[in-house]
Amino acid sequence: MNIWLIMLLGGLMTFGMRFSLIYLFGSFQVPETMRRALHYVPPAVLSAIVFPELFFRNGVPDLSLDNTRLMAGLAAVFAAWLSKNTLFTIVAGGVVLFLLQYFR
Amino acid sequence: MSVQTGQFWAGVRAELPILIGVFPFGMIYGALALNAGLEQFAAQMMSAIVFAGSAQFVIVQLVHEAAPGFVIILTIAVVNLRHVLYSASLAPYLGHLPLRWKALLGYLLTDEAYAPTILKYERTGVQPSGHWFLLGAGLALWSTWQASTALGIFLGAAIPDSWSLDFALPLTFIAMVVPVLKGRPYVAAALSAGAVALAAYSLPFKLGLILAALTGIGLGTSLEGRNAQREEM
Repeated sequence: MNIWLIMLLGGLMTFGMRFSLIYLFGSFQVPETMRRALHYVPPAVLSAIVFPELFFRNGVPDLSLDNTRLMAGLAAVFAAWLSKNTLFTIVAGGVVLFLLQYFR
Repeated sequence: MSVQTGQFWAGVRAELPILIGVFPFGMIYGALALNAGLEQFAAQMMSAIVFAGSAQFVIVQLVHEAAPGFVIILTIAVVNLRHVLYSASLAPYLGHLPLRWKALLGYLLTDEAYAPTILKYERTGVQPSGHWFLLGAGLALWSTWQASTALGIFLGAAIPDSWSLDFALPLTFIAMVVPVLKGRPYVAAALSAGAVALAAYSLPFKLGLILAALTGIGLGTSLEGRNAQREEM
C-alpha cells in the first residue's frame, strides 16, 4: 500500500476516534471492559514490536552475548527503569550499542 | 482581554511545560522517519495528517519492516483507540458546540492536549468559553509538533548511516514501555505480547504483531479483573 494512502486512512481513523464521542455526546457509553483493556495497549503493542527487534538477527533467533542489539536493548530497559526519561534511555542504549560494536 | 482570549492563553500556558518534552520527541520522529526511507515531504505531512506521536513512530517502524498496509492500519487503530476515551470524557464540556468547533477540537485532541484540559474542566466545570482553553493547548502542541518534526528532518538528513539510527526506534519504544509497567498485569501484558511476537514471527503479513498485541491486552485485562475480584471478597 502506498505511504500516502496509509497516512490518509490512518489520519482519518485517528480523527474519527477523537471526534466520535464529542460528536455523539450523550448517546453512547464506553463499556467498562474496554476502558480497562485500553491501559494495556501501550505495553502490549510496543513490546510486540520491540522483542523481535532485539531477539532476532537476520531473521533467526539469537540469544548469545554476541547479539549486540539484545545487550543494548537490555541496557536501555535498565536505563529506562532507573531514569523514566525518554532521551536518557535512547542515548544510553545507543552508547552501549556503539561500544559493543566498536570493541568487538 | 476578552474571556475567550483569556481562556486561549491559559490553555497555551498550561501546555508549555509539556512542550519541553514534546520537542525532542518530534525531532527524533523526523530524523527516524527519514532514516526509515520516507521522503521528507511525506515525513512532514504525516505530522499534520496523522498528528499522533506514538502512532507515527509505529507507522515508521512498520514501513521500515515493509509490513503490508492493512496490518499498519490495524495497528494504528489499536494504538489510537484510547482517543475514544478522551473524546468521551471531554464530550460533556464540548457537547453544546457547533459542528465545526467539534471537528476542529477533535482534530487537536492528543494525549498532551487532553491531560491539562481535563484537569482544568474538572476544576471549573462547564464554562461557556471553556473550549478556547482546549484550542490554546491543542494549537500550542500542534505548532510545536510541526516545527520539531521539520527540525528533525533537517538534522536527520545530516546523520550518517553508520550510526545505526534505526535502532533508536526500538529504544524509543523501550523508553515508552518501561515507565507504564506499574504492576503485575502490565508486566504480564508486555512479556506475553513479546513472547507471542517471537513465536509468531514467521506468520505472513506481520500478523504475529496483531496476534501478540491482542494476547497481551487480553492477559493484562483478565489478570486485572481477577485481582479486582479477589479484593472484593
